[in-house]
This record gives sequence, structure tokens and C-alpha cells, in this order.
Amino acid sequence: MALLQVEDLKLHYKTLRGNARAVEDVNFSIEKGETLGLVGESGCGKTSTVIAITRVLPKNIEALKGQVLLMGEDITKLPDEVFRKEVRWKKISMVFQGAMNSLNPVIRVGDQVAEPILLHEESTKNEARERVMDLLEIIGLPKEFYSRYPHELSGGMKQRIVIAMALILSPSLVILDEPTSALDVSIQAQIMNLLKSLKRKLGISMIFITHDIALASDLSDRFAVMYAGNIVEVGNAAQVLTNALHPYTQLLLASTPRLREDVTPSYIPGAPPDLVAPPTGCRFHPRCPKSFDRCSSEVPADFEPEPGHRVKCWLYGG
Amino acid sequence: MSALIELKDTKMVFKVRKGWFSTLDLRAVDGVSLSIGRGNTTGIVGESGSGKTTLGRVSLRLLEPTAGKVLFDGKDITEVKESNLKWFRRKAQGIFQDPYSSLNPYMTVERILEEPLVLHEIGSDREREELISKALTDVKLTPTEEFAGKYPHMLSGGQRQRVGVARSLILNPEYIVADEPVSMIDASSRVEVLSLLRGLQEKYRIGFMYITHDIATSKYFSERIAVMYLGRIVEFAEARTVIAEPLHPYTQALIAAVPDPDPSNRLHDRSVVPGEPPNPINVPSGCRFHPRCPRFMKNKCEIKEPVLREVKRVHQVACYLYD
Repeated sequence: MALLQVEDLKLHYKTLRGNARAVEDVNFSIEKGETLGLVGESGCGKTSTVIAITRVLPKNIEALKGQVLLMGEDITKLPDEVFRKEVRWKKISMVFQGAMNSLNPVIRVGDQVAEPILLHEESTKNEARERVMDLLEIIGLPKEFYSRYPHELSGGMKQRIVIAMALILSPSLVILDEPTSALDVSIQAQIMNLLKSLKRKLGISMIFITHDIALASDLSDRFAVMYAGNIVEVGNAAQVLTNALHPYTQLLLASTPRLREDVTPSYIPGAPPDLVAPPTGCRFHPRCPKSFDRCSSEVPADFEPEPGHRVKCWLYGG
Repeated sequence: MSALIELKDTKMVFKVRKGWFSTLDLRAVDGVSLSIGRGNTTGIVGESGSGKTTLGRVSLRLLEPTAGKVLFDGKDITEVKESNLKWFRRKAQGIFQDPYSSLNPYMTVERILEEPLVLHEIGSDREREELISKALTDVKLTPTEEFAGKYPHMLSGGQRQRVGVARSLILNPEYIVADEPVSMIDASSRVEVLSLLRGLQEKYRIGFMYITHDIATSKYFSERIAVMYLGRIVEFAEARTVIAEPLHPYTQALIAAVPDPDPSNRLHDRSVVPGEPPNPINVPSGCRFHPRCPRFMKNKCEIKEPVLREVKRVHQVACYLYD
């Protein structure tokens, strides 16, 4: 059984101009110990997808539909209170973009990491403290850092603290939304190495969200490529990176500058569409170099040209 | 060939207050010499605190350096008063990082582009309109009439940054400092903006200083690359030489830190340098990189600072490994 299985997930926002269809018919699954790279340009619904999974919803929700099965249990059916107590942080935790800047400046970082323990479990302050200190070592910070304040830490250290927070209740799935985008290159590499070692040592599953497909390749066993609210391609790392099928994935890869190869990168003309009025048929067709008649009139079905490699594009069947 | 912009041993020291009566020196740029020719791009690559942005601002004379010289087209502009710099302000322009905050949200694209023309009293209304339409065409925001009437919030990040580029072009400059012009826009549009800049560089023979933390993009937009660490240039060469045969351990680490999309990346750790760049208030002795350097040599690197010198043809490095 998959650790997480998302089926026909749909999330629409109410806006002044109408409903923004941010997530539409999204399907994917994650096995235990596996990392899924969720990639695509900004505004393609990556963050909305995980907002829908973890139910950290803004107020302007028009529709939220679909199933999210965690170890076979549909967590969308749980009442909010139960979800908050039993699922969020305990089973699924999150590191949001810029989270390191939302640490409370007047509370010692160790106490902030300990907070979920005290809220979710019957444990004493001393036990919580011990556990946080053990975890600090795992994430590469000395135990003494328990009593530091956020302003005494550098950006990379704060990011480690935020990661520690997400790990403290030993969740089975950690969702990381652009966790390194505010960091210097050399610190980014350190954090990626940390995530790799956590994956190896603790066997946790992760969803790694980024617009940088090269960075995602540093961690991801499988990829899901999103465009305008749809997942357009899913496959394992080798399938998606070396044999991309969807024209969008191909362009995304071609636009990535490479240090070790002599190819001149190209770019994807235009921008992702307005989700209030997305294009008819395939949402990518106005920007697609390979589109033909059918693409503008019919929403493409999912095809599976090779086992485990799924693509939403009329080029591969129908 | 006389250089378009030339920096000679420039230093920029900021005073940082510490307590009530004392100040500390922050040596943001600490002895940098560099020259950029017409129609050429030099990439300044470094992490936060390396002084790359300060260097760009000094070269635009937005800051008056503490020591050293700034020459534009052979003319010394180091200590010229602002009121006598108007000619230089026309010829030198900047493109900045954040396309969201560097455009006035209450102005249409047309007014944003018109402003420099008004300030420099250039052209009649008719001529200004033509210049604006030409600049918009240059940055491929067409049809120009349509984009001229838009407000910044109606544009995507890549389009906004192109408005920023159009604004820098409108006065027909000879030198442009592009400070992280693509770091805030989507990876898929970065190359679009950079190849646009590259085209303009060739068409108008503009000299560019391209400031970035991303050595991968500098590979495509720079003829030469200077790698900075804590206020100093540690390596300088042709872009492809720096990337294919980096000599300084810091440059090697920067390159190792950047992945190419490859399914085998996830199977092994990236080689990284430990720690983080120290605060430029408290610069390490000797070679500034020695506390993090994997090839540190005791009794040498921490004693005296290595000088930047040519070790191969057009390849300079400041490191004792190549003595």
C-alpha cells in the first residue's frame, strides 16, 4: 500500500474575477521512504496541492474535492479537530517557503522545536528538551544551540531549526516547499546533503517542491510535473529527466542552464495562464510547440507509454 | 583598447555602529581592480557578503569609494560631485533584482519609461513616444501600444523585468550594471531575459557588469567571470575557463554545489565546504577563505593574504596552491 495516495484532488479559490481553478484532477502516490519532486513554474498549483493535502486552507475556498489516502485512510473525511491533533505534524509535517523567517524572535529556538511535543503528547518539559537536543545533533547543530535565539543563528542554521521542527514528532511524510530558495549556493548544498542523510537514516518520505528541476534531481526518486493546476507528467527520476515525454517537461529541462554540458539553454515563451479562465483543451496548448487541432478542443487523457511513466498529452495516444 | 569602466584598487568601507561611542569597519569591497570593455560582459559571482553588489554600486558611482579610483571612458569620476555627474548618469544604468518592488505600481509602463527622458529633458512628446516604443520593441514587449498602457501588476515577473531592462535602455547607455536581474523570476524565463541582455549588448555595444550568485547563468551571459569572496576577487578568467578549470578551492566549491538535472544526483552527497561565509566586519587573517578551505596549508594561508596573480594566460587566482 502506498504511504500517500492522492486521487482526483481539486481545489478552487474564490476571487473577485471568478473561480481560480488552482488544482484540477490531481493524482499521484508516494511510497514509504520515497521522495517525490513536485516541479513546475510559479503559479502552477504546486503549493496549492500541498495546501489541500495538509488543509492549511485560506478562507476563500470555493471547492475542495477528492481523496487523500494516508496509509489507506481517507484523511479528507476527518473532522478538522481530529486532523489537527492526529495528522498535522504527527503524520504529515511541512516546511514552507521562508519559514526560517517566521521563527519567533523572543523564544529560544529549542523551545520552539519542542512546542509540538508539548502540544501533541503527554510529555514533560525535560523529556521534550532531551528529544530536541538529540534531534539537533541529527540535523547537524550542537546541543547548546537549544538555548539560542533566532537572531544568533545564520540563515542556514535557522533553516535547520525549521527542518527539526518538522521532524520532531517523527512524521512519515515531510513536505518541503522551496526549502532552500533563500539560501546561498554553498549553504543550499549543505541543506540538500542534510535532507539526503535524513532520507537515508530515518526513511521518511518527502514531497520536495521547487521550480528548479536540477535542484529537485538532487533528492527526488520520482517526479510529478505540474502545469496550470494539472499534473502533466509522472515518472521515476530517470524517466522524467532523461526521457521526458510531455513537451512542457522537455522545455523545462531545456531551459535549465547546465554547468557540465555545452548546450545553450532555451526558454519557454509566454507565461502560465490565468487560472480563472484557463485555456480550453490542454492547458499548455497555447505555449506548446507540438500542439495540433485536438489539443485546443479536448482535455488530454492520461497515457502510460511505459510502466510507471504517465503523461497527459495527446501525442501519446487517443 | 581603453576600458569603458575601470576600477583601480577600490575599497568601500562602511562604518557600523557598535554601542554608543564606537564604530566598526565593514570592509565590503577591499581592494578590487577590474576593467570592463565596450560590448563586453564581466560576471561578478559571489555569495551574500562577498561585496558584489557594493562593487556594482561603486562602479555606478552610487557610492563614493573609500579608496581607489573609478574611471569611465578614461575619465576619473571617483570624487566628482553629483551635480557634475549628470552626463555619467545618462551613460551608466542599473537593472535591479526585484522586478516587483523596483517598478512604481501607480505608474503605467509608459510613464515608467518616460521618467528618465523627462528628468534628462530629452525629446519632444512625439520623440519620447518613439523612444519608448523602440525600447519596448528592443525588450520584445510587443505590441508596444498594448504594453505601454499596462500597470506592473498586470505583467508576469519576466515581463516586469523586461520593463526594467527597457527603462535602463531608454537613455541609450554605454554601461549597465545588472544586479541579480533574474534571481527572482522563474527558471523557465531566466534564459529569456539573459539572452535578451546578450542581444542588446551586441547590438548597442554596451558593457555589462553581471552580478549574480548563480555561476550557471553567468556561464551563458559573461565573457569573463570574477569570483568574489569577502570583498576580494579570488579568481578571474574567461567564463568557460573558470567553469571548466576552476583553480581556487572556493570556485571549485561553488561549482560543485550546483547540480545539473541528473537522475544519479540523488545517490551521492554533493561535496560542500563547511560553515558559512564569515561576517565582513570580522575578516579572517591571511587568506579570507582559509577557515573553510579543504586545502588549507598551516603556517601559510592564515599568515599572509595571497595576492591575485596570473598563473596561466588570462587566468588569475589568489591562492598559495599555485605559487
